Amino acid sequence: MKIEISNARVVDPASGRDGVAPLYLAEGRIAAVGGAPEGFRADRTIDAKGLVACPGLVDLSARLREPGFEYRATLESEMKAAVAGGVTSLACPPDTDPPLDEPGLVEMLKRRAESLSLARVHPLGALTLGLKGEKIAEMGELAEAGCVAFFQADAPLTDLNVLLQAMRYAATFGHAVWLRPQDVHLAHGGVAHEGEVATRLGLPAVPEVAESVALLGILELARSTGARVHLARLSTARAVALVAEAKREGLPVTCDVGVHHLHLCDRDAADFNAHMNLVPPLRGQADRDALRRGLADGTIDAVCSDHTPVDDDAKLVPFGEAEPGATGLELLLPLVLKWGGEMKIGLPAALAAATSRAAAILGVQAGSLAPGAPADLCLFDPERPWRVTREALASQGRNSPFLGYELAGRAVATIVGGRVVYPA
Amino acid sequence: MSPDPQLDAQGRLVHLLTTEGLPAEIIRHILDTAAQFVSVNEREVKKVPLLRGKSIFNVFFENSTRTRTTFEIAAKRLSADVINLNIGSSSTAKGETLLDTVWNLQAMDADMFVVRHSEAGAPHLIARHVKPGVHVVNAGDGRHAHPTQGLLDMYTIRHYKKDFSRLTVAIVGDVLHSRVARSQIHALTTLGVPDVRVVGPKTLLPKDVERLGVRVFHDVSAGLRDCDVVITLRLQNERMSGPLLPSAGEFNKTYGLTPEKLALAKPDAIVMHPGPINRGVEIDSGVADGSHSVIMPQVTFGIAVRMAVMAILAGNA
Repeated sequence: MKIEISNARVVDPASGRDGVAPLYLAEGRIAAVGGAPEGFRADRTIDAKGLVACPGLVDLSARLREPGFEYRATLESEMKAAVAGGVTSLACPPDTDPPLDEPGLVEMLKRRAESLSLARVHPLGALTLGLKGEKIAEMGELAEAGCVAFFQADAPLTDLNVLLQAMRYAATFGHAVWLRPQDVHLAHGGVAHEGEVATRLGLPAVPEVAESVALLGILELARSTGARVHLARLSTARAVALVAEAKREGLPVTCDVGVHHLHLCDRDAADFNAHMNLVPPLRGQADRDALRRGLADGTIDAVCSDHTPVDDDAKLVPFGEAEPGATGLELLLPLVLKWGGEMKIGLPAALAAATSRAAAILGVQAGSLAPGAPADLCLFDPERPWRVTREALASQGRNSPFLGYELAGRAVATIVGGRVVYPA
Repeated sequence: MSPDPQLDAQGRLVHLLTTEGLPAEIIRHILDTAAQFVSVNEREVKKVPLLRGKSIFNVFFENSTRTRTTFEIAAKRLSADVINLNIGSSSTAKGETLLDTVWNLQAMDADMFVVRHSEAGAPHLIARHVKPGVHVVNAGDGRHAHPTQGLLDMYTIRHYKKDFSRLTVAIVGDVLHSRVARSQIHALTTLGVPDVRVVGPKTLLPKDVERLGVRVFHDVSAGLRDCDVVITLRLQNERMSGPLLPSAGEFNKTYGLTPEKLALAKPDAIVMHPGPINRGVEIDSGVADGSHSVIMPQVTFGIAVRMAVMAILAGNA
């Protein structure tokens, strides 16, 4: 199938290209941008006048809920949500049931995902067996099965010797280690940021130091072991400052932020709205501003949806009892555009945070429109607003803090490997 | 979501969830109404027919005999039918959700729910999901709020001190875990008390508490100096030793209200406590039973204040 996309504003963050040009796709790859390759005869032409064509989004964290949590969502529902959101590659965390700590599980997940022929799935293997923080997982076997990195997800890893050895072992083979910095004892069952809002609401709070103390420990272990470390879901200004310092020093660390944390802060939870119960908790305004700046200046490498579909009942309970998380695959693009627009950084720089820069962290071929790259694209209308409603979402999870909001930027078409997968 | 679920579009009180954001006129109206009920309670026949035919459900997801009893007495003196439910031991144990429980009771034509729950915000959730015309009274939710306690404390202070605008009030002890303290702070600042103080160690004061409009004192002598009102908070048993405090004895020595410490306050200062008291921990017997103590009047006024809240919510006062 050969496709020509005409009249689109082509934005390729990796090369900095931004302008109207024809795009040519052949054999699942980008054949050319600008001039047609010799003898190119399109089987299908898509007129994309008024649309932006960019690399498909690369999401560093999307919970697909399989295996084990099919009542919350299924692979099929969430893969449809991915392409409806313009996401063509995604990493799924290992906190399934059972966790992704065994090659057979990973192979099955990959096979199931491939059979749906929607987005590309890159599993993150469990760093420790059962995510229990006691024994290291079979990283070699898991990598062979398709895991691109090893993640402890939100499970605590209190024995720092286990972490030290896991990082040494990973460093031996060049595997990347992903960690969400949070000290479980300092977090102490908290559900909100320690500050004025939690004080008013009387919610058990997570202090800033729960993140920074864990982060400092991880940075010291990274320095000592030489492991490639990725810090997931930073939430505080202090953490951004610590990572900036570590990067200046040359430590091989990268980090990301969840897209909701670019727009929301603890005040948004002031009416006990359970949709604002996220992990890590929404922090103060100064923290949110530091995350927004950090992502713009590159201290934070990428933004992800941290997609966490939760069923309705699990949010129809008091704030502290609500299951944390928000559906995100279909909110990632509009919320990235909103952030980029508010920061006035231009479309290529904004999209880079959810395409090329995210792909670099995963080490996968994605996030680029260079000739020869996989033909994974997203076409969207940057102007046309849409209202976030339960009905508008393809994800089985309708848990969004943005329900009722009007946002701009919804995928009009999504192409994976040269095939139009959305609309189906 | 609406900005304040406890007020309707005309600004009338439809639920009592928190004293935060409660207009001063509404607080004064509750206190004035309570004053009328105080005289009812002093009569031989302590009953008025204001809520005859109304069903009030005391729904307690967290056990409490004292508070539930005071609500029950208040409702009965208003001639309402009172149904007590200790949910902590029944429905939720069977897996029923909070809202399912409430909807079931609503189907039995409840007019008012008095709710206590261990999670902050539970009464807010219920208030957002009951039918129009059904009222919710928060009888304590987590560390968040205990508005009727806060209001009965305001009644007590007004009774003894008349004018809020010249007072210095100190709240001493475990503010961090106290829904009572939060409800008192919002009510005091709303009523125009110029100097509200919280006094305690850094482990028992919540972060940024000064943003609630209070002055923070760690030194108990400085905190109590020249106070008109001293409120001591209950220290829960499980917090007396552990990461927050070394021992009940050390707490008593540093922050417990003794006659010596009370001597720093004004000579006519009153001493309050939401109960139940731990003698020899946050308050010495000499103070609790002494001439400055108004702890028992607090309990008496509590009935009248709860009657006032229920009567106003039901639209009969």
